[in-house]
Amino acid sequence: MSQPDVLNQAFELGFTYTRSTGPVIGRFFTELRNRNIVGIKASDGRVVVPPMEYDPDTAEELSEFVEVGQQGEIVSFAWVKEPREAHPMDVPFAWAMIKLDGADVPMVHCIAAANESAVATGARVQVVWADETIGYITDIRCFELL
Amino acid sequence: MSEEQEVVTVVKSPIYLKYNFTAGAAPARFLAQLKKGKLTGQRRAEPGAPVYSPPRGSCPASGRPTEQEVELSDKATVQSFTIVYIPIPGNAIEPPFVVANLVADGANISFIHLMSECDNADVHIGQRVQAIWKPEEEWDYSMDNIRYFKPIDEPDVPVEKIGKLSVTGQED
Amino acid sequence: MKDIAIVAYQQSDGVSDAGAVNEVELIMPVLDRTFEQARLDSAQDVDFVCSGSCDYLQGAAFAFVAGVDALGAVPPIKESHVEMDAAWALYESILKIRMGHADSALIYGFGKSSPGELPIVLSQQLDPYYLAPQWVDSISLAAMQARLMLDQGLITERDMAEVVSRSRRNARSNPHAQLAGDVSPEDVLAQETYLSPLRKADCCPVSDGASAVVIATVEKAKEWGLPYAIISGIDHRIETHNLGMRDLTDSVSTRTAAEHAGMHDGKVDVAELYAPFSHQEIILTRALGLGEETSINPSGGVLAGNLMMASGLSRIGEVFNRIVSGEAQRGVAHTTSGPCLQHNLVTVLEKA
Repeated sequence: MSQPDVLNQAFELGFTYTRSTGPVIGRFFTELRNRNIVGIKASDGRVVVPPMEYDPDTAEELSEFVEVGQQGEIVSFAWVKEPREAHPMDVPFAWAMIKLDGADVPMVHCIAAANESAVATGARVQVVWADETIGYITDIRCFELL
Repeated sequence: MSEEQEVVTVVKSPIYLKYNFTAGAAPARFLAQLKKGKLTGQRRAEPGAPVYSPPRGSCPASGRPTEQEVELSDKATVQSFTIVYIPIPGNAIEPPFVVANLVADGANISFIHLMSECDNADVHIGQRVQAIWKPEEEWDYSMDNIRYFKPIDEPDVPVEKIGKLSVTGQED
Repeated sequence: MKDIAIVAYQQSDGVSDAGAVNEVELIMPVLDRTFEQARLDSAQDVDFVCSGSCDYLQGAAFAFVAGVDALGAVPPIKESHVEMDAAWALYESILKIRMGHADSALIYGFGKSSPGELPIVLSQQLDPYYLAPQWVDSISLAAMQARLMLDQGLITERDMAEVVSRSRRNARSNPHAQLAGDVSPEDVLAQETYLSPLRKADCCPVSDGASAVVIATVEKAKEWGLPYAIISGIDHRIETHNLGMRDLTDSVSTRTAAEHAGMHDGKVDVAELYAPFSHQEIILTRALGLGEETSINPSGGVLAGNLMMASGLSRIGEVFNRIVSGEAQRGVAHTTSGPCLQHNLVTVLEKA
């Protein structure tokens, strides 16, 4: 048989899920809607942000919420020169692990910055809220350098 | 927490992923023939090997590649069918309509297509049908080149012979 | 307990885009060669078949079911599937044999990643509340891991470049490698950064392909008269999904898995490590405590070609090849899954 034509077709796959949050994630998202950030105390007392439902080391159910700051410190980052279409920004930006004031565990979010050299491990950042907060992780639009 | 506001219990988290699908070699050949108005199947290059249409590249029973192309008739036999009372989103066809498993003459397994120009109540297993093609200028790499299958005036095929006809149809 | 051995291993060429090839067409040629090597006619000749793949890679629902059409599954066979790398399909097959339900098994993995945007597809395996909605891609997460190590002085960019250089050079003797060549660490360091601190060369390529392995009890392998390598240990461990709570500069789960798989009971001549990013090979080498006496990634590893859902199985196959050829007496194969080496499987192979 002869070589076939190469036939391509672009398509989009959609998974239009609505997810139940449960009480812990629900509380975190409710606080985000009010422009507050809360963490939760792990078994060893470390404050985890965003809060987890169970301690990964002890499997203990966690319930002690702690309000944390809206500023923090960059623990690590990756500089995205060419943002992908799905990314939250369409200009170069940084993904970062950010330890908020009052938290012991860094969270992953994005940082808006003019260029790579403006970003550094240990640099201070603060939350930039979305114009409208709805109770979702993207209520934090990004972080910006202080 | 603000007390007048409801606590968040659910979040909408839609995910959309983009792909560029590439048809496999066997389906690509099948679709290329359809573009020319030909219905084809494929089989292992062995005498008596079953003919699959549409082909996916392998003979599932043996796990061997289907290396031989076979041209089929556009006449087929109803192997099974259902009458659908709900609309297909984005499709002009109005319910109730018939979706059938059809085996083309010369093939040994069925494909799914629509039946029309028939009284739904008369559709039956073993019924003979033929493809109604779109105008040639609309042919693409698509099974939609066939609008639907329409009953033809030929004797019914006995159940035990469905899927076993040669490309020339019923011989006796 | 019956000893279990590997008797055959085959892999397709790693290619960046397999083009007009569907899953069946990707798998069939590899199984063909595997059956030939194991002197089997079809999957009917083994007691169990298990595969590993992920439909999200190519965006085709039930591609893994379509893949079964490559087996010759008439009359019906005992068959199973994991939505993971096929190294875990091998793990399941070992359990099947250990339970006395089979004496032999065919394991295969396949991945056609080219139709999608792999780093973005992989973002959707992350926490569905906190991370997936942000679309944090797999390369960015690895880049943050690399920076942690660089900042802490645990590695240098030159260390990373040396890993890449060795991979490319080793891959020259691997006919299935996608990226191979005489690349020096200086060549790598001369590249600009891609996703800082990573350079493109620090990242594995996107590859389409498949691989397969046949395992059997040692009795069966002897009956078949095939050269074999014994699987003397296998164990897998996973760490929390919360990246912030992990020590990303180490791989605790790999170390634990290696201990439980008995890796330290003897000398390790060869190690095939599933490190999709150069700095991760260093993390793994240290977690496993490998030294000068061990040849690391003689195949080039996955920096030379990363067949998602098959490369883990291929790591095991590559160690098997070196034991059967007499190059090594004993080796370790490592497989990973998830972001930043979250889930790790360690297999120890020994000469019969």
